[in-house]
Amino acid sequence: MFNFVAFIPSAVKQSIPLLLGSTGETLTEKSGNLNLGIPGIMYVGAISGVIGSFFYENHLTAVNASINPILGIAIPILCSLLGSLLMGLLYCFLTVNLRANQNVTGLAMTTFGVGFGNFFGGSLIKLTGSDVPSISLRATSGCFQKTLPFANKTGVVGKLLFSYGFLAYTAIIIAILAALFLRKTRLGLQLRAVGENPGTADAAGINVSKYKYIATCVGSMIAGLGGLYYVMDYASGVWSNNAFGDRGWLAIALVIFTVWRPDLSIFASILFGGLYILYLYIPTGTNMAIKEIYKMFPYLVTIAVLIIMSMLNKKENQPPAALGLPYFREDR
Amino acid sequence: MKNKTKNGTGLHIVKRASISWYKAMGIRAIALVCAILVCAIVTWALTRESPLEVMATIFGGSFASQRRFWVMMQDLSVLLLISLAMAPAFRMKFWNIGGEGQVMIGCLATAACMITLGNRLPNGLVILLSLISAVIAGGIWGLIPAVCKAKWNTNETLFTLMMNYVAIQLCAYFIILWEKPKGSGKVGIINQSSHAGWLPVIGRYKYLLTVIVAAAVTIFIFCYMKYSKHGYELAVVGESQNTARYVGIRVGRVIVRTMLLSGAVCGLTGFMLVAGSDHTITTTLANGRGFTAVLVAWMAKFNPFGMIFTSFLITFMSKGAGEVATNFNLNESFSDILTSIIIFFLIGCEFFIQYRIVRKKEAK
Repeated sequence: MFNFVAFIPSAVKQSIPLLLGSTGETLTEKSGNLNLGIPGIMYVGAISGVIGSFFYENHLTAVNASINPILGIAIPILCSLLGSLLMGLLYCFLTVNLRANQNVTGLAMTTFGVGFGNFFGGSLIKLTGSDVPSISLRATSGCFQKTLPFANKTGVVGKLLFSYGFLAYTAIIIAILAALFLRKTRLGLQLRAVGENPGTADAAGINVSKYKYIATCVGSMIAGLGGLYYVMDYASGVWSNNAFGDRGWLAIALVIFTVWRPDLSIFASILFGGLYILYLYIPTGTNMAIKEIYKMFPYLVTIAVLIIMSMLNKKENQPPAALGLPYFREDR
Repeated sequence: MKNKTKNGTGLHIVKRASISWYKAMGIRAIALVCAILVCAIVTWALTRESPLEVMATIFGGSFASQRRFWVMMQDLSVLLLISLAMAPAFRMKFWNIGGEGQVMIGCLATAACMITLGNRLPNGLVILLSLISAVIAGGIWGLIPAVCKAKWNTNETLFTLMMNYVAIQLCAYFIILWEKPKGSGKVGIINQSSHAGWLPVIGRYKYLLTVIVAAAVTIFIFCYMKYSKHGYELAVVGESQNTARYVGIRVGRVIVRTMLLSGAVCGLTGFMLVAGSDHTITTTLANGRGFTAVLVAWMAKFNPFGMIFTSFLITFMSKGAGEVATNFNLNESFSDILTSIIIFFLIGCEFFIQYRIVRKKEAK
């Protein structure tokens, strides 16, 4: 029998990194920047948080104190935001100021970010000369995983709705805010104008570079939080190399799946999260190989959606018109 | 961007009409030197070893022994082959980042032929059938996104990306089906005793054949892009689809044809990997080189002979950084960091080749 009560919470937990990644990427793409560096940025966001809390926890062990929940949460989050902000700035500098090709820059950032994450994940202990066997940030993770006190008392409803750490709810709030920002505010309208037609936006007195910078950097920081959620909450503070896998790419696919709408992404990411772990819940008996076929589902669904969207070719479902193109005022 | 800067320096960006090749090369060389300096600083900060020592280690990663040299040549050839496959599609502005999947599906087709036909058919026939099926499989993997792009303008970047994972999962499925011994999760060396389906070894050099194939494909792609009508058409499509339509080029057909070629060369690479050097199949056989190849092709501006140099640079650096990482007991991903630093500099320096910064004369 299919176990929905176990399946849905784990699908939601899977979905949060995807949701944060796709919200960040949507904001970025609305400014006309196609940031394929998101997978790398999510790694950097994760490892920066890990490095921050690694030092904090080591310090705690040294002075023999117990963790201060506020610092335990603030340090990793600030480090993670800083790490992904720097990545966002690097991307903007290369694509906006130096007008480099966005696809190539993004791919290079992904190589860099994944390498950076795995390198420090694998060498942090050696580099700092500490004597712990592996990176396992139980105390910090405990702060991130803390659920509302009544989650365990309200039965199935509590398990489905209240059993997540605070970053999960933050992610949903960020997605709703991003959707409102894009559709209801003047700044959001101007940002969309930059992504649709930077020439017109420029003529209307909008500072194109500034909007691109801010949207991309804020987008990177949101995406970086997705990496942090994964390692601190989902993986219980244990860093293992490449464990984050290809979720960054799925986050980019989600942007198209949700037709650039972060509010839709809340549900779509749960669907993707579910597809991602579906193979664990389908009974296969002795046929182990078929699980590998089930793992294909999220990618096949993305492909199907891509094709269907392009076939329908509806005006309101299209990418920002200037997506991927550099803007140079004198080029017109 | 800004004609007047606030601080009154009046720096101003102008697009260059043309640039002499030695100037362009000079700018790239300067960027490379800067990149190597940054790499040296990063390495020094992490290992506290004298930069000269580190340089020697990096150099030793590729040239310390004959064996290392040949391994480097093999990796270089594979990377070059995939980059060559990417080049025509990129010139057409078709963002194929599915090289990884196209190589993997080529590997899978080759392995399938070797496992099912090996020892049943004559060896030559097995090799021929593996080659054909690998090329066809890679071609199909490139063809599917291309057809959708041509027909409905489907976003090819994400499509090809997703096809990577479909191919990898497909490989994972068959690896479990074929696993040997059962339960190990690995295929092991295919036809280890009979060598059925293995490509012949030229002399004592196990990797020489891959190098020769890479050289041949380099020349072929160069001629295809430079001298053939197909090459001309895909360049026009890349410059402007409207122009292409106006002069009577059938854009859809060019896209499909070019991606078929692109995928087929990737399939060939997969064939060389499985039948030529590794004789096994794992899900990480392509090892991210499908992505690296995009950068290699881009940095060489799609010039096949330039790609020999850029793929050498990347392979050399990653082998060297790997050696540094082993010596200092660091994680092997160190090489990713160093190579991407070099890539960042080389991407960034293109700006100074296309534009120049002039000081604007003070207006009264």
